[in-house]
Amino acid sequence: MLTIHHFLIISAALFSIGIFGLLTRRNAVVVLMSIELILNAASLNFIVLGKFVTPGLVTGKIFAIFIIAIAAAEAAVAMAIIVGIFKYRRTVDVEKITDLKW
Amino acid sequence: MLETIAFYFLAILTLGCAVRVVTTPYVFHAALYLVGSLLGIAGYFLMLDAEFLSAVQILVYVGGIVVLIIFAVMLTGEPGGRQAESSWTRTLPAFLVSGGIFAALVYLYSQTEFVRQYPVENNSGGYAQAIGEKLLSLGADGFILPFEVVSVLLVAAMVGAIIVAKKEGGK
Amino acid sequence: MGAGIETNSNLGWFLENAWLIPLLPFLAFLISGIFLQRFKNAAAAVSIAAVVSSALIALGMAWQFYAGDFSEPLIPLRWQFLRFSAGLTAEMGVMLDRISVMLATVVAVVSSLIHIYSIGYMHGDKGYARFFACMSLFTFSMLGLVFATNIFQIYVFWELVGVSSFLLIGFYYYKPSAVAASKKAFIVTRFADLGFLLGVLIVSYFTGTFDFVKLQSEASLQVLNNVTLFGMPMISIAAVLIYTGAAGKSAMFPLHIWLPDAMEGPTPVSALIHAATMVVAGVYLVARLFGLFVASEGGLTVVMYIGTFTCLFAALIALTQNDIKRVLAFSTLSQLGYMMLALGVSSAENTLGFTASMFHMTTHAFFKSLLFLCAGSVIHAVHTNDVWQMGGLRKKMPLTHLTFLIATLAIAGVPPLAGFFSKDEILAAALEGGHGFVFAVALLVAGLTAFYMFRIYFLTFWGEPKACDKERFDAAHESPPVMTLPLLILALLSVVAGFIPFADNVYYGSPLEHHGVNWAIAVPATIMALAGIAAAFALYSRRGDRPAKIAKSLGGVYTLVKNKFYVDEVYLFVTKKIIFNCISRPAAWFDRHVVDGSMNLIGRVTVASGRLFRKTMDGKVQSYALTVTGGFLLLLLMLWHYTKVLGG
Repeated sequence: MLTIHHFLIISAALFSIGIFGLLTRRNAVVVLMSIELILNAASLNFIVLGKFVTPGLVTGKIFAIFIIAIAAAEAAVAMAIIVGIFKYRRTVDVEKITDLKW
Repeated sequence: MLETIAFYFLAILTLGCAVRVVTTPYVFHAALYLVGSLLGIAGYFLMLDAEFLSAVQILVYVGGIVVLIIFAVMLTGEPGGRQAESSWTRTLPAFLVSGGIFAALVYLYSQTEFVRQYPVENNSGGYAQAIGEKLLSLGADGFILPFEVVSVLLVAAMVGAIIVAKKEGGK
Repeated sequence: MGAGIETNSNLGWFLENAWLIPLLPFLAFLISGIFLQRFKNAAAAVSIAAVVSSALIALGMAWQFYAGDFSEPLIPLRWQFLRFSAGLTAEMGVMLDRISVMLATVVAVVSSLIHIYSIGYMHGDKGYARFFACMSLFTFSMLGLVFATNIFQIYVFWELVGVSSFLLIGFYYYKPSAVAASKKAFIVTRFADLGFLLGVLIVSYFTGTFDFVKLQSEASLQVLNNVTLFGMPMISIAAVLIYTGAAGKSAMFPLHIWLPDAMEGPTPVSALIHAATMVVAGVYLVARLFGLFVASEGGLTVVMYIGTFTCLFAALIALTQNDIKRVLAFSTLSQLGYMMLALGVSSAENTLGFTASMFHMTTHAFFKSLLFLCAGSVIHAVHTNDVWQMGGLRKKMPLTHLTFLIATLAIAGVPPLAGFFSKDEILAAALEGGHGFVFAVALLVAGLTAFYMFRIYFLTFWGEPKACDKERFDAAHESPPVMTLPLLILALLSVVAGFIPFADNVYYGSPLEHHGVNWAIAVPATIMALAGIAAAFALYSRRGDRPAKIAKSLGGVYTLVKNKFYVDEVYLFVTKKIIFNCISRPAAWFDRHVVDGSMNLIGRVTVASGRLFRKTMDGKVQSYALTVTGGFLLLLLMLWHYTKVLGG
């Protein structure tokens, strides 16, 4: 018997894995991928709650659509920035881009 | 019964690929694992009565965003496709923080009683139609405004991305 | 200005305006010190005009006071400027009573004579103007001290006198020995003043007043007597503490070490400060607080013993010294001993000692300053202080010789000069008080005094100069009139001062019963004096080697005495080896390492923690992201803890 908690655990786990990747990976593109994981976890959460808590409303699904749209916009801009950095620094290693260092 | 099997299968798929995304040293492989994870999510959407959304997920996310990511990976390729390792001074605190967040969230969820708010209504026409109506309706709980704003956002993102990634000299 | 200046306006003019006496020299100090340093003669003129006017007013004051026969002290001026509590106020004022009028007149007159002498003596010195400014400051300080109405004021002027003395001893500031001597004088007296201050605090705390009259009232003395500390009544403790201050200023043993060194200053300074006036401040203080000392058990006993010891001690050392000014310095110490012991042998019933002490203070001021001024003349003429390099000067400097002889006879106690009468009174007081031992010592010292004074007299003015001193001898000449006139005046005073009727005018409490000369004392005293003179004549009037032979035969004893009983060496040892090593060095270490160290530590800790925090700004986005996520986790936990979750 599947309860809401099963799904919520999945989304929580996905969220944590995304955070871990965000904080750990050295390649900027992979960091972006981790962000996508986080966003997906949030999206899943919306859908799960939409099904179990408010089955009569489509609000959860609409939010999921918005999340996808915004993720697309953000991924585009982020990629552009990463490519731009690569042009000047020849690297996308986040450990090496430390212009804000004291 | 079938549901439970599907759930656990999708769980292994989604979470397993997610873990590989954040641990594989090969950048390109990470992108492919991301696809796997997103497919798992799409599967979940199917299980949760969000068929339209699962389709949108595959079309836009996998088909669009992941392709974009692969472009970026190709353009900024590391030699040999490997990335450097992080030191344990970075992974350990990250593990603790993310583990902590996971634990906190799980505990929060376990303490919460999720009460079903609205009775199940009869959805004639399926969810896709309902979504469409909701998105474009002007009423009190209509989402037309955010819809339009997201369109503007997408245009802005496009323009911004072009400017940022443009070659120097071609003013 | 503070709360009210009271003046008294139904007395004679000189008494009412007695406050001019200290004020005029003070104005002279300000004017010549600030404006006239470049105009040497003007500075001198202003100072001399001021001090001579003071002297004239003082004489008038003395005339009116003693003629008026006042029984209570007069206070023509009282200015209260600081009120500590209901009864305790700090004030400055002028108090005229039997001893203050006497001493003020002496100080003013002697000071003016010495000022006039200094015109000649300091002529050509590049510090001429500074000298007169400092002398005016000193005169003002001393007069302020004498006229003090309360113990607070006397303490203030006590310190001022110390400062003036410092400035004048170190007058030749380019000489390291002079600088060292002035420091020594100031430090020793300042150290003694610690006791004085403690005494002042104790006394004023328990009696609630600073005023001399109220302090020594029956009730106050009773209060002091009742409070005890470790079984000793507070009054005795206070008396002894105040006496340490007096002992420092009056150079009693063991605080006498500064006075011989103070001879580094110019001779007029030695004459004024270290013979006639400042050094008697200690004696004056005891006299001023005589009521306190009398009422305390043992207060006067301490005074007596220390005075007697100093008297003998200094006389012994004076026998062996070769520097004419040093002999005079030790002689001053000895005579101060006489004054102190005269006070010490007194008691409530027998106040002859009080009068005798004051009498001797006056006569001593005259003949000692005369001796110093003559010595100055001699030094000026032959350019050396060493008596063994002088000789036969009586032909070359007749006036100086005459006045010196008169002064020496006076100090030796030969009748009918002044010293005879005052010394006689002291001996009588000792005997009447029943202190036979003190009497014997005083008598012996009278003989010693005659001996050592005539020793230098004969060595300086008699005999033939040695062949190698011929040049010096030929160059010597008599001093100019501006220097010899004060000498003559002082000589006259030394002769007649003995006939001033002290017993009728200066006394404590009630007038003394008039008795004439006590022959039972006068005769032995005179015999001792004549014996001393004869011995000196035998040994020193002709150049010979008998003195040297006697010195050699005394061997170690002679060396001990000549080196002033090594008291200075003991002091140096104690301060350098003990105080510096055991107290100063640890204290300095503590200050440098612990006090400064903790301050530096605070600084260093701040800098180090700054550096530590700086490390968090490493420019890596993921670090910042870690911080953000960590904060988020924290917020989650807080939320969970404080609300025990939504819905629950």
